[in-house]
Amino acid sequence: MTTHEPIAYVREKMAEQKAPPPTSVGILGWIRANLFPDLVSGILTVVALFIVYSLVSGLLPWLLHGVWNASSLDECRKIIAERYGEGASGACWAVIHERFWQLMYGFYPSHLYWRPNLAFVLLLLGIAPVLFDNLPRKMLLITIAVPFVGPWLLWGGSVWVPIMVFLGFVIGIMVNRFVGRMSGALVGIIVGVLAAVVWWLFLSGPAADLVQSIIPLSIEPVASRNFGGFMLAITLGITGIAMSFPLGIFLALGRQSNLVILKTMSVGFIEFIRGVPLITLLFVASVLLNYFLPKGTEFDIILRVMIMITIFSAAYMAEAIRGGLAALPKGQYEAADALGLDYWQAQRLIIMPQALKIAIPSIVSIFIGLFKDTTLVSIIGLSDPIGWVKLIQANAEWNGIVWELYGFVAFVFFLFCFSMGRYSMYLERKLQTGH
Amino acid sequence: MKKTIILGALTAAGLAAAGAASAGTLDDVKARGKLNCGVSTGLVGFAAPDANGNWQGFDIGVCRAVAAAVLGDPTAIEFVPTTGKTRFTALASGEVDMLARNTTWTFTRDVDLKFEFVGVNYYDGQGFMVPKSLGVTSAKDLDGATVCIQTGTTTELNLADFFRSNNMNYEPVPIETNAEAQQQFLAGACDTLTTDASGLAATRAAFENPHDYVILPEIISKEPLGPLVRHGDQQWGDIVRWTLNALISAEELGITSANIDELAKGTNNPEINRILGTEGDLGGMFGLDKQWAYRAIKAGGNYGELFEKNIGENTPVGLSRGLNAQWRDGGLIYSPPFR
Repeated sequence: MTTHEPIAYVREKMAEQKAPPPTSVGILGWIRANLFPDLVSGILTVVALFIVYSLVSGLLPWLLHGVWNASSLDECRKIIAERYGEGASGACWAVIHERFWQLMYGFYPSHLYWRPNLAFVLLLLGIAPVLFDNLPRKMLLITIAVPFVGPWLLWGGSVWVPIMVFLGFVIGIMVNRFVGRMSGALVGIIVGVLAAVVWWLFLSGPAADLVQSIIPLSIEPVASRNFGGFMLAITLGITGIAMSFPLGIFLALGRQSNLVILKTMSVGFIEFIRGVPLITLLFVASVLLNYFLPKGTEFDIILRVMIMITIFSAAYMAEAIRGGLAALPKGQYEAADALGLDYWQAQRLIIMPQALKIAIPSIVSIFIGLFKDTTLVSIIGLSDPIGWVKLIQANAEWNGIVWELYGFVAFVFFLFCFSMGRYSMYLERKLQTGH
Repeated sequence: MKKTIILGALTAAGLAAAGAASAGTLDDVKARGKLNCGVSTGLVGFAAPDANGNWQGFDIGVCRAVAAAVLGDPTAIEFVPTTGKTRFTALASGEVDMLARNTTWTFTRDVDLKFEFVGVNYYDGQGFMVPKSLGVTSAKDLDGATVCIQTGTTTELNLADFFRSNNMNYEPVPIETNAEAQQQFLAGACDTLTTDASGLAATRAAFENPHDYVILPEIISKEPLGPLVRHGDQQWGDIVRWTLNALISAEELGITSANIDELAKGTNNPEINRILGTEGDLGGMFGLDKQWAYRAIKAGGNYGELFEKNIGENTPVGLSRGLNAQWRDGGLIYSPPFR
């Protein structure tokens, strides 16, 4: 009875694994799981596919029939009719081809295109160490230089003007140090700011002229009116973003402050500016200021617009940052106090880094909104990309062309806004310290 | 990022560049070496920058003539694009020295807004365009129609007047620019598009199928378009007025950009001689030299040449002279004598 007969019902070898049913793996499985899991989804999928198909089938021939070389809309239409038969529709990209540089730089003199290009490259180099903290810290020197070198490259003129403006900051900081040591931090700040403002308003101009007359160093000046196209949009957008961010921080802090006057002023400013549409502010800049200022005053229209865009977005920025401040647990403030930090140290080391991190999504939305809002300046006669679209359409050769121009402008704007959005997501992931 | 506050300082520095009391406009322009000319933000045939960034057009021709007369250089101009809303402030505040921007001469603009229209360089009138398929042959049939209309212009008011006086109703579709109006009209957002007849012709010429649209015969308004300056500087007003008149007289007297050098050597016609400065000193009377009109005409040709080159029948805009023919040919273009 000890013979080792195999026991029939114990399996010694595992059966071969069978392939899963073809409807649940591979493409078919994916389609089934994602597109047709049940009846309602299936119907929606079919409807969506139909919409996509009709869009593509309408757009694709139009895109593919595009004409890149022609000198007028009529010529485009003739070429398309010749190639693809009467009644074929096609994009006339020739207008972008011919007017590309105008859409990019407006009336900026073409032999000076390298200047805005260089300014833009410098700007990217200057922003890089701020955005990505694994880059060498020495690059921050570029960051400091960009606000002076950039405008100088764009507007041209004497090299001494930006240097004198920079000197204003040196003077302000030195006065602040000196006075601050003698009579307290707050007085130091106030006197320092006053000294810098006095320098800028009354002394920097003559000083620049004086040095210029001794050591003439200048490049060809370009009037603001010649700024146009995407160069104008980017200039307005970048300065608006760069200036509204610190201003917004101060407004947000002012609104939270215990100092009554400061608080009232901040609240009043924020509420007033938020209560007014941007286009109204732009009209004030372009129309009303002309009446208020004495006749013959040359107050640069682009500077006026920059100021308006900045204060407009600073008000929104302040509220976004206040949201971040409000979201911080009270313990953080108390911890800062317990460590014996003074107000600015606490803000710089403990409060702001956390509050800004919380506010990143809304801050970036405001940046993106600001960049797109720059197109509103076409209403007051500045030739931003939208203004240029109209100017190009006013040529007899390109009269009646619409989709290509607006499509191109939309595409470029999308590129910029999309990369800003991506960067904000990267930043959020990087700063993720939650549990 | 904090360092970027510095830009704010630059802004503040810009404020400091103020001052300079304004003398006469002529002196200002001469001192500046450039004429600030307010133009449209783009109107087919009248003002538009070409592929090289040079402004071209019928209104631009007036700017160039004035710059040539005053500064001796038809390119010494800063063109300031103005919209229908900003044009009058730009002129009133001194941002521009003159407007040459298809602006209708009306009582209130002349008197209440304190401008001076120096003449008319184009007699226009408001018309209607409809798709042929609508089956309308007269503007009187437009009762109940939706109308695409540019806001902030005289056309808007004329439209209301026309429909009210004919006891008809309409539904306005307000639109900001001419280019947008075309698109809306083509997309069928409105039954009819109304604007100045010159604009309608230019718009229709750009359509893919121009023959599917008709311009109705009725002209419902008078739109005398002309250059204007500020009240109160008579000398400057005279300069712009007589520059325009010089262009008109040049056509009447047969002075063209082709034969002007020949004629400037002296002719038997005393008026030609007075205009071209070989006889008398008309320019000296308003602070210019003798050759002012010679340069103005040479800049872009006489009135007729400007017309043919920019908006005439051989251009895509394709306007016939019509009301804008010389008075001898049955039109309204008429210049007072140079004497």
